[in-house]
Amino acid sequence: MSLRQRVDSDQQLARLLQIGIVLEEVTESRANNHRESLPEPDAALESLLAEAAERSAARRDRLTTLISGLAADSIPFDEINALVDASYGQTKPDDFDGVLYDQLCNEETGYKFYEDMIDAIEASETTFTVDKAHLLSVLRELRDAERDAVETITTVMEQRE
Amino acid sequence: MNTADQYLKAIYLIQQEDNSPAATGRVAEMLDVSPASANEMIGKLEARGLAEHEKYKGVSLTDDGIVQARDALQTYCIIERFLINVLDVEDFREEARELEPVIDGTVAERLDTIIDRRSECPDCFDPERDACGCLDVEPLEEAAAD
Repeated sequence: MSLRQRVDSDQQLARLLQIGIVLEEVTESRANNHRESLPEPDAALESLLAEAAERSAARRDRLTTLISGLAADSIPFDEINALVDASYGQTKPDDFDGVLYDQLCNEETGYKFYEDMIDAIEASETTFTVDKAHLLSVLRELRDAERDAVETITTVMEQRE
Repeated sequence: MNTADQYLKAIYLIQQEDNSPAATGRVAEMLDVSPASANEMIGKLEARGLAEHEKYKGVSLTDDGIVQARDALQTYCIIERFLINVLDVEDFREEARELEPVIDGTVAERLDTIIDRRSECPDCFDPERDACGCLDVEPLEEAAAD
C-alpha cells in the first residue's frame, strides 16, 4: 500500500475521470428522479432540478472529451441511470427539503472530488498523454461550476426557510 | 482518504488480526513505508488523541481512532466494490490502493448509492483477501499469481 496523494499514471488519471463521469451521472439521474417524484407540483424546484441535470450532463461531456485523449472508455449514462433507478426507492428523499439537501450533497461531492483531483494532479510530476495545463484548466472550471451550483442551492434553501 | 486515515485503517486491521496492539514494524510493512515514517505518523495520531503508543508493545487506537479507522475501512470497501461492480475492474485491489488517498469519504458515500453493499460492512472485510468477505473474488494469492 503506497501513501501517495497524487496521480502518477495515465491509468489512474483515466480511472479518476471515469469516477467523475459516474458522479455527474448520479447527480443527473437523481435530479431527474427527484423532479419526476416531487410530493406535489413546484415549478421553481422543477426548473432548478432540470437545470442541474443539464449542467451535470454538460460537465460529463467535458470529462468524456478528456478521457478520450487517454484511450479510455466513458461510462454509458444508461448503465448508471439504471443503477440509480434501482436504488432510488430506498434512498428517495421524503419532502422538498430532503430533495434540496440531496441535490446540495451531490454538488458538494462534485466540488470536493474536483478539488482533491486538482490537488493530486498538481502534486504529480508525471507527464500525462493529455496536456496537464489543459487538464487542470478544465477541472478548475468544473470545480468552480460545482461551487456555483452549491451557492445556488444554498440560496434557494435559505429563501424557502 | 488522507494519509492519517490509511495509518488508522492499517493499525485497526492489525489489531483485529492479532488481538493485541499493532507493532510499528507491521504497520510500516503493511503500508510499505519506513519504520521511521510510521513512528512519525503514529506520534501525530497520538497527539490528535486517535492512538496510544506503548514502548515495546505497539500502538492501539483510542475510541475516536477506531471510529475514524472504521470509516476509512468502509471508504476502502466502497471503492473496491465500485471498481468491481460498476467499472468491472479485474485488478481492483491494486487500483483501490492507488485511488484510496484521492477519494474522500463524501465522494465514496455518493458512489455507495449505486452499489449493493452489505449492512455488516466494514465488519465483513477480510484482511487476508484484502477484500470484503462477501465478495465472490479470487483469494489474494491466486489473484497475484495471475
